[in-house]
Amino acid sequence: MSDTTKSMPAAAGASDMVARIKRYGVWIAAAAVLLVLPYIFPSGAAITTMCLMGIMIIFALSYNMLLGQSGMLSFGHAVYYGLAAFVTAHTINWAVKNGVPIPLPLIPVVGGLTGLFFGILFGSVSTRRGGTAFAMISLGLAELVYSSSLILRSFFGGEEGISADRTKLLRFFGYNFGPQIQVYYLIAAWCLLCVILMYAITRTPLGRMCNAVRENPERVEFVGYNPQFVRFIAFSLAGLFAGVAGSLAAINIELAQASFVGAAQSGAVLLAAYIGGVAFFVGPILGAVLVTLLSVKLSDFSEIWVFYFGVLFVTMILFAPYGLSGLLMMHAQFWSGPFGRRIARIGRLFGAYLIAAIPALIMLAGGILLIEMIHHVAQKGAEGANMHFLRRPYLTVNTYAALPWVGATIALIGGFFAFRFTWPTVAKAWNDALADTQRSQS
Amino acid sequence: MNAAVELKQLEKRFGKTEIIRGVSLDVRQGERHAVIGPNGAGKSTLFNLISGRLLPSAGSVHLRGENITGLRPFEINRRGLSRSFQVTNIFPRLSVWENVRCAVLWSKGYKYSFWRNVDRLEDVRARTQEILEQINMASRAQIPAGVLTYAEQRALEIGITIAGGADIILLDEPTAGMSRGEAEHAVALIRKVSEGRTLIIIEHDMGVVFNLADRISVLVYGQIIATDEPAKIKANQKVQEAYLGAAGHD
Repeated sequence: MSDTTKSMPAAAGASDMVARIKRYGVWIAAAAVLLVLPYIFPSGAAITTMCLMGIMIIFALSYNMLLGQSGMLSFGHAVYYGLAAFVTAHTINWAVKNGVPIPLPLIPVVGGLTGLFFGILFGSVSTRRGGTAFAMISLGLAELVYSSSLILRSFFGGEEGISADRTKLLRFFGYNFGPQIQVYYLIAAWCLLCVILMYAITRTPLGRMCNAVRENPERVEFVGYNPQFVRFIAFSLAGLFAGVAGSLAAINIELAQASFVGAAQSGAVLLAAYIGGVAFFVGPILGAVLVTLLSVKLSDFSEIWVFYFGVLFVTMILFAPYGLSGLLMMHAQFWSGPFGRRIARIGRLFGAYLIAAIPALIMLAGGILLIEMIHHVAQKGAEGANMHFLRRPYLTVNTYAALPWVGATIALIGGFFAFRFTWPTVAKAWNDALADTQRSQS
Repeated sequence: MNAAVELKQLEKRFGKTEIIRGVSLDVRQGERHAVIGPNGAGKSTLFNLISGRLLPSAGSVHLRGENITGLRPFEINRRGLSRSFQVTNIFPRLSVWENVRCAVLWSKGYKYSFWRNVDRLEDVRARTQEILEQINMASRAQIPAGVLTYAEQRALEIGITIAGGADIILLDEPTAGMSRGEAEHAVALIRKVSEGRTLIIIEHDMGVVFNLADRISVLVYGQIIATDEPAKIKANQKVQEAYLGAAGHD
């Protein structure tokens, strides 16, 4: 063994190099993507959205250190995010007022330490128990912090919150972080750093034991580990990364508000993690991107977008409990064998999906039209009969006429039955793809 | 020399029900000690008391002379006592490799560290591989433990139990539910892994017990009625009346 390694130092070095590129390649690629994204989507709205995505990615991954990695269902993760946002705003104001020379890019460290501090403080109480007890305690702590935000007005700033001017800090190589694009790169850099660190943690003894605690906390006690302490460290670290996210959120909009520690924020991160899929490391990243995109974009099409968001969440839980990443992984198994065969196999499968998608879209359009018309008639009767469907003036619908109602109902019901009619086709395509994969392997 | 495990007047009550009624027992360093007895005699409860899963109502447990009564299971495990479970108790969605590695980590001193890459810990990798080869599951390393066959899960259960290198091993009915062939395989495995260690084993299969054990304790209704070498246990009048007679009825 040692002889072969000695005799082939050059080859060993080369394969070592390849291994390194393989190991770090994905991060280098991620950095490159983050770098060029603003050139691909240069509009102000896109940059703003991408900033929100970056923050949500950190936040959702930190949440998944609890839920997906360690089996802790928290209803109060916004506590660490929000408190860090407030401490960040106060720190910026304090530094500006006293002329303390801290550049903005280092401010998230303060947020991270804040999240870590409160993670240790509250975690020492809540991680003693797993399961339902943990979930209930997290909910109680979240309520406690949210209600103190209404009491401690000097710290939380009441309804207006605490605003902070990020541009007045010590300049960082000439950048004052006034323009949003500079903030984008600040968030992108922190996002990449946090994602790498959180991934690395899953590959450590602690990270492995987190999974073991998730699977079977009792057995963990009989291999020498204290499951409560495993949970406690995971919780504290999750607090740290949530703190970085909250800090970036405060920097991003130059404001920390009581809603940052609120139940809606805690719910949003749960949704993002779950929709992306908690079973895989990348899941919450996908979820954060999608949820942010939907929350920004859906309001362009509907006033009641939160409703559709809820429907999406319920649909995902019912039909795709492993989330987007779970769906992707289900398809990853088809990616084997000769290249042409892979493409053909996946092409056939997606052809079947396309056949199913057409009636599904008709069903969806009918359903959405019905809901929008009901909403229009019930809530906006004063505006008259005409409704702009999907907020598009060229899609004006007369809600007093019978035709749209009948048409929408037919589309919904007819679409549903047509959709069901396509299921056997999809099932067959799936089984064919599976069989073809197995044949190409054997 | 201290006994590996010493029980002093151990009692356990659940409400008014007395399960363990004053058990005193010395398990010698390096012996294979079987605990037998009819169903409901309190054998598993006894294991739960020794391993810290349950607190005794009275009495004490000593590990090589140290009083470990009231310590948590992980504290007892760190002192070199490891146990398996009657009902398979593994990490079902983790791979076989991960299952064993989780049981290796503490013994190699890595504790809760979150700054070391677990895949680059050579001593952990080597030990995990060694255990997998011992339990004959090296070829199954990457399979989720939950999809293994029952006999394989029982073998993995033993693997997890011995992986931390504990020198006192408690096995709770390791061959229960196995076919004859599987049980023979398991006994060979137990014999191999308990070499040079102290073994306490609960077992229903008398063939296994008399073949494996250096000494046998007979537990009946929460009390040990005899502790002796297999041949003498076989000849013991009290045992024949209380246990072997009772076993004939279940």
